[in-house]
Amino acid sequence: MSNSAPYTTIIGLEVHVQLMTRTKLFCGCSTKFGGAPNTQVCPTCLGLPGSLPVMNRQAFDLALRAALALECTIAPFTKWDRKNYFYPDLPKGYQISQFDLPFSSDGTLEVVDPKGAFEPRRVGIIRVHLEEDAGKSMHDEAAGTGDTRIDLNRAGTPLCEIVTQPDLRSPQEARAWLNELKLLLVYLGVSDCNMQEGSLRVDANVNLHIPQPDGRIAKTPIVEIKNMNSFRSVERALVYEAARQWEDWQATKAEMGKTPKQTRGWDDPAGITRAQRHKEESSDYRYFPEPDLVPVTVTAEQIASIRNGMGEPPVSLRKTLASKWTISPYDADVLVNQGRELVDYFEDLATRVGEGKVASNWMQQDVLRILNETNGTVAAFPIRPAGLADLIGRVMKGDFDTSRGREIFAEMVTSGRPVDEVVASMGISAVSDDDVIALCRELLAANPKIVADVKSGKEQAAAGLIGQAKKKNPNVNPGKVRATCIDLIRGMD
Amino acid sequence: MQPIEMSAVDLVAALRQGDITAVQCTTAFLDRIEATNGTINAFLAVDRDGALTRAADIDARRKAGKPLGALAGLPVALKDVLCTTDMPTTCASKMLQGFRPPYDADVVARLRNADAVFVGKTNMDEFAMGGSNENSAFGPVRNPWDLSRAPGGSSGGSAACVAGDMAPVAIGSDTGGSIRQPAGLCGITGLKPTYGRVSRRGLVAFASSLDQIGPMARSAADCALIMETIAGHDPGDSTSLAVDVPRYTDLLDKPLAGVRIGRVPEHYAEGLDPEVAKGVDEAFAVLKAAGATVHDVKLPHAKYGIPTYYLIAPCEASSNLARYDGAHYGHRAEPGKGHRAEPSQQADGFESPLVEMYCRSRAEGFGPEVKRRIMLGTYALSAGYYDAYYAKALRVRRLIRQDYLDAFQSVDLIGGPVSATPAFKLGEKTDDPLAMYLVDLYTVGTNLAGVGGISFPCGFTKSGLPIGFQLQAPPLAEPLLLQAADRFQRLTDWHRRRPKTTGEVKA
Ligand SMILES: [Zn+2]
Repeated sequence: MSNSAPYTTIIGLEVHVQLMTRTKLFCGCSTKFGGAPNTQVCPTCLGLPGSLPVMNRQAFDLALRAALALECTIAPFTKWDRKNYFYPDLPKGYQISQFDLPFSSDGTLEVVDPKGAFEPRRVGIIRVHLEEDAGKSMHDEAAGTGDTRIDLNRAGTPLCEIVTQPDLRSPQEARAWLNELKLLLVYLGVSDCNMQEGSLRVDANVNLHIPQPDGRIAKTPIVEIKNMNSFRSVERALVYEAARQWEDWQATKAEMGKTPKQTRGWDDPAGITRAQRHKEESSDYRYFPEPDLVPVTVTAEQIASIRNGMGEPPVSLRKTLASKWTISPYDADVLVNQGRELVDYFEDLATRVGEGKVASNWMQQDVLRILNETNGTVAAFPIRPAGLADLIGRVMKGDFDTSRGREIFAEMVTSGRPVDEVVASMGISAVSDDDVIALCRELLAANPKIVADVKSGKEQAAAGLIGQAKKKNPNVNPGKVRATCIDLIRGMD
Repeated sequence: MQPIEMSAVDLVAALRQGDITAVQCTTAFLDRIEATNGTINAFLAVDRDGALTRAADIDARRKAGKPLGALAGLPVALKDVLCTTDMPTTCASKMLQGFRPPYDADVVARLRNADAVFVGKTNMDEFAMGGSNENSAFGPVRNPWDLSRAPGGSSGGSAACVAGDMAPVAIGSDTGGSIRQPAGLCGITGLKPTYGRVSRRGLVAFASSLDQIGPMARSAADCALIMETIAGHDPGDSTSLAVDVPRYTDLLDKPLAGVRIGRVPEHYAEGLDPEVAKGVDEAFAVLKAAGATVHDVKLPHAKYGIPTYYLIAPCEASSNLARYDGAHYGHRAEPGKGHRAEPSQQADGFESPLVEMYCRSRAEGFGPEVKRRIMLGTYALSAGYYDAYYAKALRVRRLIRQDYLDAFQSVDLIGGPVSATPAFKLGEKTDDPLAMYLVDLYTVGTNLAGVGGISFPCGFTKSGLPIGFQLQAPPLAEPLLLQAADRFQRLTDWHRRRPKTTGEVKA
């Protein structure tokens, strides 16, 4: 971003997303969020002696879908590994994950800012792998005992880990890229990416590249930032961390490699990152192949069938919408970023209205405004595409002017009733052409001065008639009154 | 003949024909356990009430003409490494003392469905780690043939209970020889099936890629009968083989004409007891007389079997046993003086109360051999050592498996000793872990290769200790293993001999 900064910020991300499967990765327990603690568990996800994992192929296929959409290379043969560490929310003492043979690698996802806030950024994906989630530890501070309570409902939920190359160059880009990733995964039905429920988690690696007077690039030590619970936090944490590293560099000139990689936690209320204990980063996970599971093979046919069922990803959907409905790339971006359901609504509406641009304007200025104000979803929006198309059609026809149309729209949203009923209830009736002509004749007779001005070429004088027309009949379309009056005056000679 | 002297096959037939009721049969074995277990220590838990209730139910159903399972009324002992809902499952460890699983192991469920009667859970080396049963937290098992000697291990309780007429059948598990070696030292027949033939679900894991459950009984015919119930595909075990189960008992009575048996000259290297060598030679002679031919074969990498096994098994064990941390179940150390203090105030250098709880629970709950193997495995998997130890061991394992597959190109079975010596004295090897590891010399290859093996008695030493003979077969060739062992047992009576202690030992 800032070309003025004396350094470049180098950012890579590690994203964990929970897959939207009904059951866990290695057992049949439900993955539903919010159940009473330890009610969605069985011997396998409790890690009881003698229990064994069995892979959920649906989870694997969902992960494949994500990897294919991220343009990854899919390994024809992949295996599972155990990542060993002790923690109370990890009941087996190891996590089943993928180490040296992830099921996919070498992908990419581009992020483009439609307003050009940054250059289009193509971010490399190092790998996407599948693993099981741990449970949740809740430190019972309230009880004052320092006890920890463990909920294993989440233990064993399928997680996709997506690791990017350090290709991002600003906190703003990182946030935009995360939005794009989330949008993609939601479009694919891979994850709901709900950060509040923990179904999407982000860690960021960041350091600075600082050009030196001798032409060399000094690199500050890489810091991994954890505990960010929104994309906004990610952006804030990265802004803070880049500034902190710059200050640190000026004071110490410490470079990468000379100090070990550090982990810092983001403290959102305080707006700062804090160093975390050294112990965690020096752990040796003693990975080795999971002997309780067999390797997974992926055939070209399986890949093809997943590709076929994948649906259009946002990046190409934007282009499709722009060209199919002749709307601007910016408009297409706004619509697509709202999710598949809104795009479907828009396309239904645009088909009925017959004018993409008009439908797009109504979507953005009216439908989205209401959705944002009410925090609603398009699925629950009270006006369906047919009803809205009806209203727009009548505005286009000139039955009502646009501001009248908006009033009707607002009433349709509140009452949930169709155009005709709303119009009747508001005492609005469409004005026939004959009525307009009769009204205009009356006005011209009463305003000889205006008639004279128009005749002498000052067409703008006709505006004086519109206010009077509205008083006599609030339903008349002002544009129509103006045009009719001018026509009549010209025809007087 | 008394029920406790009858084979499983005969008992099932007698029960079916109504010559004996399940209650009578079960009572006979329970009484025998009561009389002798105080001395032998083969059982860690005996479920007298449960067994008799079940036996009575089976008798009632039989009387009512209701359908019954294939093993209806047959008493079965279960190694205490198999999860059971109605008896504790301790793995002979203080760590799991009193632990009751909420589910039955797949084999246990299959035996239940077949209407077998569980008399109790048998003693073993802690978490199946050991070759003498001396690593049990609940005391060693005595060999019924000589009470001053070990029964072998780790399925020592299972072997001793069959040898001591306390159960006609016991279920064991074999990771590096834990069925075959104690079967050999106790003069019974034990089968370690092909890896994946019997589901491991509910078998408390020691080394997942090597563990396999199998039957231990008086004869190959009895083992065949049990295999028909316990073998088969289990969708709950990803490594279980989706292959139909043959009618093993129907495939027994066949001549051995044309069967080629391999003999490994290296098996006769130093360390093989001369009396054992003689017994093994005589066994080959019997098999030849039965129509088999004997050929020398090479297993070039067999000499690396022990080091390979003692890397792979501890590596897997170090991970499999990580779950016993005191947090969720099993033994948890009492809070110490540093408990709940700030990390900086932790006693004894523990970095947190949690770590202290982990360390002390595991220090108290595990015995020395389990700790030794956890440390070996943890070390071998550590960064910087993985390639030199674990990864290399995996490569050697592949070579060993290839040795077997190559050998089975020219022979149908491989025969030889099951252990280098007959039963050794209790305490003889306990101070020398390496000597103890060598008791698996002839058995670990089978597990590393994932093939099947059977051990059965082929003679006795002058001092009256059983000598075991082992046959190994290609993957899924259990029918041939059982057929050859059964043919041998039709021509010999070693397997019919009972220990002198029988009937003499008093509780
Ligand atoms: Zn579960």
